[in-house]
Amino acid sequence: MKPSAFDYRRPEQLDEAIDLLGELGPDAKVLAGGQSLLPLLSMRLAAPKHLLDINRIAQLDFVSCGADGVRVGALARHAALERDAGARAVQPLLSAALAMVAHPTIRNRGTTVGSIVHADPAAEMPAVLCLLGGSITAMSTNGQRIICASEFFLGPLESALWESELAVEAFFPALPPQSGTAFAEISRRHGDYAVCGVAGLVTLDDDLRISVARAGYLSVSATPLVLDLTDAVSGRTFDGDLSAAGGLASAAVDPEPDIHATADYRRHLVGVLTNRVIVGAAHRAAREITGNGATQALPMPGAQP
Amino acid sequence: MTSRMVGQPVNRVEDPRLLVGAGRFLDDLGQDAAELAVLRSPHAHARITDIDVTAALEVQGLLAIYTYEDLSGPLADPLPLLIPHPAICAGRTQYALARDEVNYVGEAIAVVVAENRYLAEDAVERIVVSYRPLPPVVGVQAARAAEHLVHEDAPGNVAAHFVQEVGDAAAAIAAAPFRLELELAIERSASTPLEGRGVLAQWDSDSQRLRMWTSTQTSTGVRAAVAAKLGLDLGRVEVITPDVGGGFGVKIVHPWPEEVLVPMAARALGRPVKFTEDRREHFISAAHERGQLQHIEVGFDATGRILGLSVRFWHDNGAYLPYGLIVPIITSTQLLGPYKPGAYRVEFDSLYTNTVIVTPYRGAGRPQGVYAMERTLDAIAGELGLDRSVVRATNFIQPSEMPYDHGLIFQDGRPLVYDSGDFPASLAKLKALVGWDDWPAYQAAARAQGRQVGLGLACYVEGTGVGPYEGGHVQIETSGRIKVATGLTSQGQGHQTAFAQIVADELGVSMDDIEVVTGDTRRFPYAVGTFASRAAVTSGSAIALAARMVRRKILKVAADALEADPEDLEIVEGMVRVKGAPGVAMALGTVAVLSNPLRYAFDEASKAATQFVVGDSDLPPVNEDDEPGLEGRDYYSPLRSTFANGMHAVIVETDPETAEIKILRYCVVHDCGTLINPLIVEGQVHGGVAQGVGGALYERLVYDDAGQLQNASFMDFLMPYVSEVPESIEIDHLETPSPLNPLGIKGAGEAGVIPSAAVFASAISDAEGFAITAMPISPSDLFELRRRHAGTDRHNESIAKKEPTR
Ligand SMILES: Cc1cc2nc3c(=O)[nH]c(=O)nc-3n(C[C@H](O)[C@H](O)[C@H](O)COP(=O)(O)OP(=O)(O)OC[C@H]3O[C@@H](n4cnc5c(N)ncnc54)[C@H](O)[C@@H]3O)c2cc1C
Repeated sequence: MKPSAFDYRRPEQLDEAIDLLGELGPDAKVLAGGQSLLPLLSMRLAAPKHLLDINRIAQLDFVSCGADGVRVGALARHAALERDAGARAVQPLLSAALAMVAHPTIRNRGTTVGSIVHADPAAEMPAVLCLLGGSITAMSTNGQRIICASEFFLGPLESALWESELAVEAFFPALPPQSGTAFAEISRRHGDYAVCGVAGLVTLDDDLRISVARAGYLSVSATPLVLDLTDAVSGRTFDGDLSAAGGLASAAVDPEPDIHATADYRRHLVGVLTNRVIVGAAHRAAREITGNGATQALPMPGAQP
Repeated sequence: MTSRMVGQPVNRVEDPRLLVGAGRFLDDLGQDAAELAVLRSPHAHARITDIDVTAALEVQGLLAIYTYEDLSGPLADPLPLLIPHPAICAGRTQYALARDEVNYVGEAIAVVVAENRYLAEDAVERIVVSYRPLPPVVGVQAARAAEHLVHEDAPGNVAAHFVQEVGDAAAAIAAAPFRLELELAIERSASTPLEGRGVLAQWDSDSQRLRMWTSTQTSTGVRAAVAAKLGLDLGRVEVITPDVGGGFGVKIVHPWPEEVLVPMAARALGRPVKFTEDRREHFISAAHERGQLQHIEVGFDATGRILGLSVRFWHDNGAYLPYGLIVPIITSTQLLGPYKPGAYRVEFDSLYTNTVIVTPYRGAGRPQGVYAMERTLDAIAGELGLDRSVVRATNFIQPSEMPYDHGLIFQDGRPLVYDSGDFPASLAKLKALVGWDDWPAYQAAARAQGRQVGLGLACYVEGTGVGPYEGGHVQIETSGRIKVATGLTSQGQGHQTAFAQIVADELGVSMDDIEVVTGDTRRFPYAVGTFASRAAVTSGSAIALAARMVRRKILKVAADALEADPEDLEIVEGMVRVKGAPGVAMALGTVAVLSNPLRYAFDEASKAATQFVVGDSDLPPVNEDDEPGLEGRDYYSPLRSTFANGMHAVIVETDPETAEIKILRYCVVHDCGTLINPLIVEGQVHGGVAQGVGGALYERLVYDDAGQLQNASFMDFLMPYVSEVPESIEIDHLETPSPLNPLGIKGAGEAGVIPSAAVFASAISDAEGFAITAMPISPSDLFELRRRHAGTDRHNESIAKKEPTR
């Protein structure tokens, strides 16, 4: 469990990093928090010739919030985003989901952008990015491009990023008006990758009836899955019977078994957790509208605030 | 009087050092050593047709590559079968490096020594081995079916077949008014110490001596094995154990291939060589345990009294049998726990599979036996509609029946005779602790709220403190400080503390003045090892005996000097003094000076022992029956094991939707005789329970059909985090001293883990209303079981296949 030899570069400027990536191309790997890359190197599942460490590029270390949403720089750690009060106000789903990413020590080093680029189908933030319809900004010597979430994830551990591209920023859209979100997952042990996880987003009309219900799923497909569940619950009051959402979701997924869970158990969890997050998100949206504790965490049984 | 230390919850003296990171583990040593890496088989079963090292030779910093061809003499023979047994019909052990066949993924084929581990791994990658794959045998079922053989010369894949019987079990079952049959399964888990295996060796060509450090549970065992393999006299080999980051059984196996190959390379290359195992290697090339299939037939009467019990089980011993039959023998004998069936028959096959070897892991076969017995008792209770605790009490051995002879032979080759224990008293304590009598009302109230809760109960008896012996050496320095040594090793048990408590009491000194060394063959060359919850019993007793010996000498030397009768002397806080006349006193250091007649004074105090100062000129300075110095060495060799016992209860809640299993309470009643240090005992219980939770709810070693381990990392082998272990473990003690040793102690090291599969199966069955017959169990497993049982009247379903009752 020792990596094979590699060259190590640690540029301090973004353009320097972009140039290096252009030069080294497919032989280089970007090193962000190292929480996923270093185990791969140590197990010799990856053996890049060059490591390009971006940890000194201060420019990339930011979380900035605007009315439209939250921009997360490539060096922002999970922990920084999780604790960012502005981000929490603009899009509360971020901190709710981040609390489920690994353990605090890993969140202290791992980056949210790195996690998205890594494109693990069991990771939380790719599913959140997809549900919210966010995007990734990538830079290379050819310039900058914005890749929307729905086009970013190509397969397990496979993203649309080119080998010579650096992901510089992730953009998570703000919570729409009259809306609420919730996140729930089941993992075998506290902090483990989830056996099944669901992020939910519900928008209510002025009568507190559901107008939009969508959910993003992790660990049930090769890339993050987003389901529009509006048909199942549209027009129902926020505190009515919303369980048709779970039924629709579990019929729509086709999960794989692994050593921790059968496919049927995962499908079952999709239904259970969908109901939990849709109920949670609907209640939160209602609070948003009625003005009680707007974006405050609302404790719901089973659903993480 | 100095207050008694034995029985006090003294803080562990080793903790401050370990907690601030000042521990010295194997990989902290030998920073300048060359490092060894191992080429391991990627196939579960294959013939090796060629090994080509050409490409590896180009690696810069390479020092040597060894394959089987390079081994000679005893090194070229298979590794030892450590514990022979007459029931072994085909005992096979691996070669230090595979000769022409590999039998599990992970088996060592070649080793590389290089300037560092990185380069050694580079070279390993470049060695090209050609294989002819053979069909692998994976799992007990496949081993039993024996369509393919692991070893061509082990027919039926049977390593051993063993039967023990007391009375006529078949007849007793046939004649019983009620009968049940059960099929049970339990999967593999593993010791998984946080520190893996590791070896460092240094050869001194001038003195032709080998010094090695190894992360082991038996330094003397390694020493003897390495000396034999390398053709060295014992006197030329020293083995030292540094701090050991956990063993839990896996490190009692010896010698590991690396334990002979590292010193071999160190001698050949003339420089220190080190091997530090990595996590993946530990999963695929150390040892596992626990996998068994069990078939049980039981006959009982209307009170639940077992009239006849017949157990047939199949034990997966992995690819080789280095540790003999210890695990299945323990299963077959300790299965009986605190109970006395009218007649008992047990028959097992120990079977080869193309998987990692199976050797003792904390509990060592007991968890499987307890699981079989306790599932059976729950089934009987269910069948008769009786309270589960009542059925257990009905079958208990009574205190008045102690010592109780089961009529079986135990793992140490000696009769299975319980020395002491009060099972009814233990059960009463546990029932009070967990609130047993209030349970039905609580469960009903919870059910009414849509909650599913279950209470489980399991009892066990644990043979501890097995022989053959341990020794202790106690020496008083002229500084008054006390040096204690014993040969067995420490892996975190707190021996430095517990043994110091014993010596403090025996000698009347402060613990602060005592220094305990374990596992260093330079300090104590005769020893067996740390396993089977034996250290406190065997070394603790030996050290007490050695201390008593020193005490007698202290009193004799001091009596001469103080011109008093030894009978009139006492030792208080490191001073020998005349009882009733505390002014007439002498420090232990002074006694040590006087015990060693000197020609040369080396300091002010030592003048007192020189030839013109002391001694009767009519007698030799050292009497015929005496020795210079203030030290004692003694041994303790138990007649047979001493039997600790305990009872656990757990309350779980299962989520009706997600099938998650949550622990609400965990209660333990534990009896290990006299407690040396309740804090240490409770720590052992906590650790054991934590491992038990892992074994019952999280851990399994998942092999695919090709014999590839699917979860050889901590990512997928779910050792519980602290967040999965109950926050509080409620413990009550009973102390029934052992009559077999001077301190009345019994072992406590494995207790916490033993009943876990049984107690969780019991609780989950209680919560769900159907019987759990395969462990461990995950939420996914429980979900699938619920679906299988859907539609049946869960809360009335029995655990077992029902036999028509008469
Ligand atoms: C024990 C453990 C448990 C974990 N549990 C979870 C979990 O439950 N949920 C979860 O989501 N994650 C989990 N993780 C992973 C963690 O979230 C990682 O932090 C994350 O996956 C990767 O972020 P990183 O900054 O460490 O990236 P790195 O490990 O440095 O890089 C990961 C990959 O992304 C590439 N990369 C990184 N940043 C960029 C960039 N800016 N541009 C281009 N390429 C880039 C790297 O080249 C590499 O291929 C866990 C990790 C561990 C060790």
